[in-house]
Amino acid sequence: METLYYDYRGGVAPCPAKCWVLVGVLGSGNLEVLVESAPELAGSFAVEVVTSATGFGRIWQAVLDDVWTRWLLADVRVCINDCGATPSVVALRIDQALEEFTT
Amino acid sequence: MSEWDRLSLDKSARLSRVAHLKGGKQVAHHQVRDLLHGVLESGDRVCLEGNNQKQADFLARALASLDPGFIHGLHMVQSVLALPEHLDVFELGIASRLDFSFSGSQARRLAQLLGAGRLRIGAIHTYLELYARYFIDLTPRVSLVCAQAADADGNLYTGSNTEDTPVVVEATAFRNGIVIAQVNEVLPRLPRVDIPGDWIDFVVTSPTPYYIEPLFTRNPAHISEIDILMAMLTIKGIYAPYEIDRLNHGIGFNTAAIELLLPTYAAALGLKGKICRHWALNPHPALIPAIEAGFVESVHSFGAELGMERYIRARPDVFFTGNDGGMRSNRAYSQMAGHYACDLFIGSTLQIDLDGNSSTATSGRIAGFGGAPNMGADARGRRHATEAWLKAGREAGKTNGMPRGRKLVVQMVETFREHMTPIFVERLDAWDLAERAGFALPPVMIYGDDLTHIVTEEGIANLLLCRSREEREQAIRGVAGFTPVGLGRDRGAVENLRDRGIICRPEDLGIGRREATRELLAARSMKDLVRASGGLYEPPTRFRSW
Repeated sequence: METLYYDYRGGVAPCPAKCWVLVGVLGSGNLEVLVESAPELAGSFAVEVVTSATGFGRIWQAVLDDVWTRWLLADVRVCINDCGATPSVVALRIDQALEEFTT
Repeated sequence: MSEWDRLSLDKSARLSRVAHLKGGKQVAHHQVRDLLHGVLESGDRVCLEGNNQKQADFLARALASLDPGFIHGLHMVQSVLALPEHLDVFELGIASRLDFSFSGSQARRLAQLLGAGRLRIGAIHTYLELYARYFIDLTPRVSLVCAQAADADGNLYTGSNTEDTPVVVEATAFRNGIVIAQVNEVLPRLPRVDIPGDWIDFVVTSPTPYYIEPLFTRNPAHISEIDILMAMLTIKGIYAPYEIDRLNHGIGFNTAAIELLLPTYAAALGLKGKICRHWALNPHPALIPAIEAGFVESVHSFGAELGMERYIRARPDVFFTGNDGGMRSNRAYSQMAGHYACDLFIGSTLQIDLDGNSSTATSGRIAGFGGAPNMGADARGRRHATEAWLKAGREAGKTNGMPRGRKLVVQMVETFREHMTPIFVERLDAWDLAERAGFALPPVMIYGDDLTHIVTEEGIANLLLCRSREEREQAIRGVAGFTPVGLGRDRGAVENLRDRGIICRPEDLGIGRREATRELLAARSMKDLVRASGGLYEPPTRFRSW
């Protein structure tokens, strides 16, 4: 198990359709993504990753950098429980969650 | 005076050693060891029919039970190593040389035995290449084959799993070799004759029916959204623009996703009747919905698939069937069809390097490739034109004024496989494997210069349009996702390739990543496949949840 934290600044706070959204299931090769409104973050986009696979911080960074440039959000907290999902599945689930959250 | 009939004299001598065992062509199963000890000689070249699916398992056990003090140093020439006994013969010293094509489930043990010096490998062949050598320099002296049933004259009925049997028997029988067939039963009258009896020397009724593996059944429940996304990219970005009408698919979940998107996604794009009508393909259950939707006109098969028998009998316009109504497969002919008469091959691999070379040989595993290298290679001898073939040839350029087409060879991979292992690598494990094993060549499944497209979750790279080695490398890096190879891309160069249409992202094709849902699959479970077949498809028990 490994817990990783990432923080991005400079995005725009969305007008969320819901206070929180949960997408995905915690099963082998999959992950669950919780997205919630977090005004207390004072403008940042914060991601916490709990993953069963250790040593992939650089890849998580690259995946989340990519998500960040697609969405540019502020005051949003993303919590991820990962059970060895591939980066493509991770990116897809986060996009699904953010889309559901913002529309 | 020289002798010109030494092979036939030798055959007669061997047959006379076992004449006492025979009643007609039949030998009782408890006498099979005596039969093998009698007809075999140390150092013989032997084909023990190991197919992709059907296995001469009783004869394999018999061969592995021989006395290595009496029979040793056999040279095995068989397409597939599937059973433990296929390697036991090397461990026990009964055999010492091997020429083969595929060793899927035995890949690790084969590498270990090679490392321990228990055998020498001549080469890892494609199926067609090994069959070709049966008629040139690797003709079996004795072949141990497998059929469903025989009659008193030794005629064989192979049923739907004919697979390698005709090519093995023809090469052996017509060079005065000896053919021994294991059968499940002896019948007074066969449903049809697949192998004529005068090509067969002995028939042994096996105490248990031969083993058969359902290799091509993919449960739609396990198809992921990434598989579906890649299938959408392939249909809209490759099948539609090239009008791919004659093709072969690999056996992965991602190509199963393509099959299951034909009646839904491809139909909605107006592609029915324009793509995917003619196939060289095993009878994949995942193709049932496309067949039922009228997408598919013909399917010729390498082998059969357990559970598909009744469905195939009910669709004789689609499949190749005999006068008895049952399917006839033939691996040699279907490989030939896939090589010369298909415009596209799409499959998966375990590693792709920066030149586009791909291999399934990874550290500690000698897996071989079976048919993929013949499916996944441009047929340089091809002389007939289709629009798909001509378009690919035009894109490749380099014709020096002489028009010539190209086969489309596509690798479809998610950039990471299980345990976060990257598919894209700087150097194939095949190099180390070749070095350690002393192979003349690294075992490459598809050479980079035959590969025309790579599809990943990040998009499509069209390698035909690349004009230099550097461009190819950036095109490959540009779809390699978050693997080290992908992260090592030159972003400017990749954007340039995208502007020129060499790299296509899903959004460039009008595909939203979130449209890739399981709702698009024409069948989402095994039960759906059974329903689509009108109850004719009967999945093996292990695939049933009901």
